[in-house]
Amino acid sequence: MNLDDTPSQAEFRARARAWLTEHRHESPPPVAGLHVEDPEPYREWQGKLARAGLVGVTWPVAYGGGGLGPSEEMIAGDEIARAGCSQIVDHIAIGELGPTLIAYGTEEQKQRYVGPMLYGTEGWCQLFSEPGAGSDLAGISTRARSTDDGWVLNGQKVWTTLAQFADYGLLLARTNPDVPKHRGLTIFVVPMDAPGVTVRPLRLMSGSAPFNEVFFDDVALDADAVVGPVDGGWGVSITTLMYERLMALSAFEHLSPAPEQLIAPLLGSPALNDGYVRRKIAEATVDRLALRYTAYRALSDLQGGRMPGPEAGLGKIGVVEAGRKAAALIAEVLGPDALTGQWGELAAEMPGMRSAGGTEEILRNTIGERVLGLPSEPRLDKDVPFSELART
Amino acid sequence: MNFSLTDEQEALREAAVDALGRVDFVGGARAALDGGPLPDVWPTAREAGWTGLLVPERFGGAGLDPFDGMLVLEQCGRRLTGAGLIGHLAATLILAGSDHELLEPLATGEQRAAVVWGEEFELDVAGADWLVTRGGVLPASDAVIEPVIRGDASRPLARVHVSDEPKPHQSVVFVHAWQVTQALLAADALGVAERMLEMSVDYAKERYAFGRAIGSYQAIKQQIVEILRHAGTARSLLFYAGYAAEARPDELPLAASAARFAAEEAAEYATRTCIAVHGGIGATWEHDAHLYWRRAQLSRLLLGGVAGAADRVAEEIIESARQKETV
Repeated sequence: MNLDDTPSQAEFRARARAWLTEHRHESPPPVAGLHVEDPEPYREWQGKLARAGLVGVTWPVAYGGGGLGPSEEMIAGDEIARAGCSQIVDHIAIGELGPTLIAYGTEEQKQRYVGPMLYGTEGWCQLFSEPGAGSDLAGISTRARSTDDGWVLNGQKVWTTLAQFADYGLLLARTNPDVPKHRGLTIFVVPMDAPGVTVRPLRLMSGSAPFNEVFFDDVALDADAVVGPVDGGWGVSITTLMYERLMALSAFEHLSPAPEQLIAPLLGSPALNDGYVRRKIAEATVDRLALRYTAYRALSDLQGGRMPGPEAGLGKIGVVEAGRKAAALIAEVLGPDALTGQWGELAAEMPGMRSAGGTEEILRNTIGERVLGLPSEPRLDKDVPFSELART
Repeated sequence: MNFSLTDEQEALREAAVDALGRVDFVGGARAALDGGPLPDVWPTAREAGWTGLLVPERFGGAGLDPFDGMLVLEQCGRRLTGAGLIGHLAATLILAGSDHELLEPLATGEQRAAVVWGEEFELDVAGADWLVTRGGVLPASDAVIEPVIRGDASRPLARVHVSDEPKPHQSVVFVHAWQVTQALLAADALGVAERMLEMSVDYAKERYAFGRAIGSYQAIKQQIVEILRHAGTARSLLFYAGYAAEARPDELPLAASAARFAAEEAAEYATRTCIAVHGGIGATWEHDAHLYWRRAQLSRLLLGGVAGAADRVAEEIIESARQKETV
């Protein structure tokens, strides 16, 4: 068991470190998360990182990527963090949407979209979740109807990260409501400046508006906006979600506060000698620390040619627990002052984080069924055409 | 990076499953609660070569790493056995630091050793021929040993009185062995949690209520997946501890303590959840679940217990945060 680099990984790391040493001053201030006031400096930085081979590490060489593995991607993220530089903010584009386009897009689509996405000259968002369908994603109702020269789109999406700064979105829509829900879905590329697209920020309990609602009113799409087979969009979206799972392995490690950061505001407080406080520090540390080594185990599986099981996704629950416990402890030690500012915001983000990227409950159901082989609940929507389903 | 088991480690693990499956250790743990003899794991351990696992090859041992010991202990936890093994492994680790003459008979398992850590309740002292203390090695017959059982008959304890002159120059290796022992206890507790996961899943698939398997109900399913999650946390940190023991000695106190805390918490959650998933039957004397629950309840109190492990995790991370702040 080791964390040593292979010779080629060591070479990759050395190159990354050398480049970052020379260019670290060009980085915008590091961000924790995917949400920024202005993504432009981060996209410019992303372009530089991409040209240096530190973004899109796992993408095929033919599309500007590094053609390397997830371990190298982890190394790139580690070195960016080590240099004190910012990670990219377009993780969803680079981690999920690009790989989906590369897997399912036509050659024209790939040539048109993938490069600008990688170099940060065009931003992307993921248009999957809806007000009426989150956990039950295949139950979405945004409708795409075919016309003589393409498609027309109507409906609403929600929880869309970076939509206000996106040039394009990858959208899941219903193209046939008269078949069971999984079978009538299709993936589209949607230009976010198309007439009829409205983006509205969605303010959360923390006060910030990291997500958006996106409305589509008679949005006309060209015939070549379809990605993958018409009515075969569920399979495409499964691929996107699989990439999301892989991305999360290293992204969570690089985007979540490290154990030391979680307790930093307590340094200097006499409460650090208190047994209760120390126990709580330990609980948060253990939850957060486990994520790193769960990621290493999963990456080792990938490196050995094995697909990590979905149970690695349970790490998300631990990260949220660690954040919740740390924020609560900081408030207990520092008092009401800690309810404003950075730690108050962290505390106010955690309740919603339980549902982000899949609710904890749906995560547990999926893993209970797919990993442990427990039977599923009886389903009322099985084999029933979507148009006949009871819906919200 | 390689954070997976090697082929040799997979083989070691499978051999342990196989060897420990030949004796009814779990039934023995129940009988021992009623005063019966506890099945001795020693013949199995000797045959499998576990007694010399951490002894250098030049003294007839296998010369393996603490992580390999953890793999064996995890299987012992699953089968509620292993009495004598953790103390023996720790003792050989300490003696290997000074090329001690006892290493050869200890490697073969002909002689048994245990460490006297200075706790009220010592582990694995019953049956040992030699005791390793902070000050040196003495025959067990020179100590006053009072065997005691507290809650869990599968893990015999003892109160030990020795007259001992401390020799501080040995303390580094002693402390290292103590950290490794934390990780070995963690591995044992992980084995308990893993066995509880298996039993819960099996029962949730075969027990029907309201016309379907109870495992299909989210209320049951999600509790069982929580066992998986806690066990996964413990396993990841145990890998960290194994890695630190081999390659990052500075991080071993954090890694071993974090693994210990996570594994004991996993075992505690897993045992009571397994009992709940089984309903009333899970709380009967005849059912195996309480034997594992007992193992978890006692384990979490030994050698500093979860409280001590948590305190050390806090100490290490506070220190690390201070250093990062000053950088």
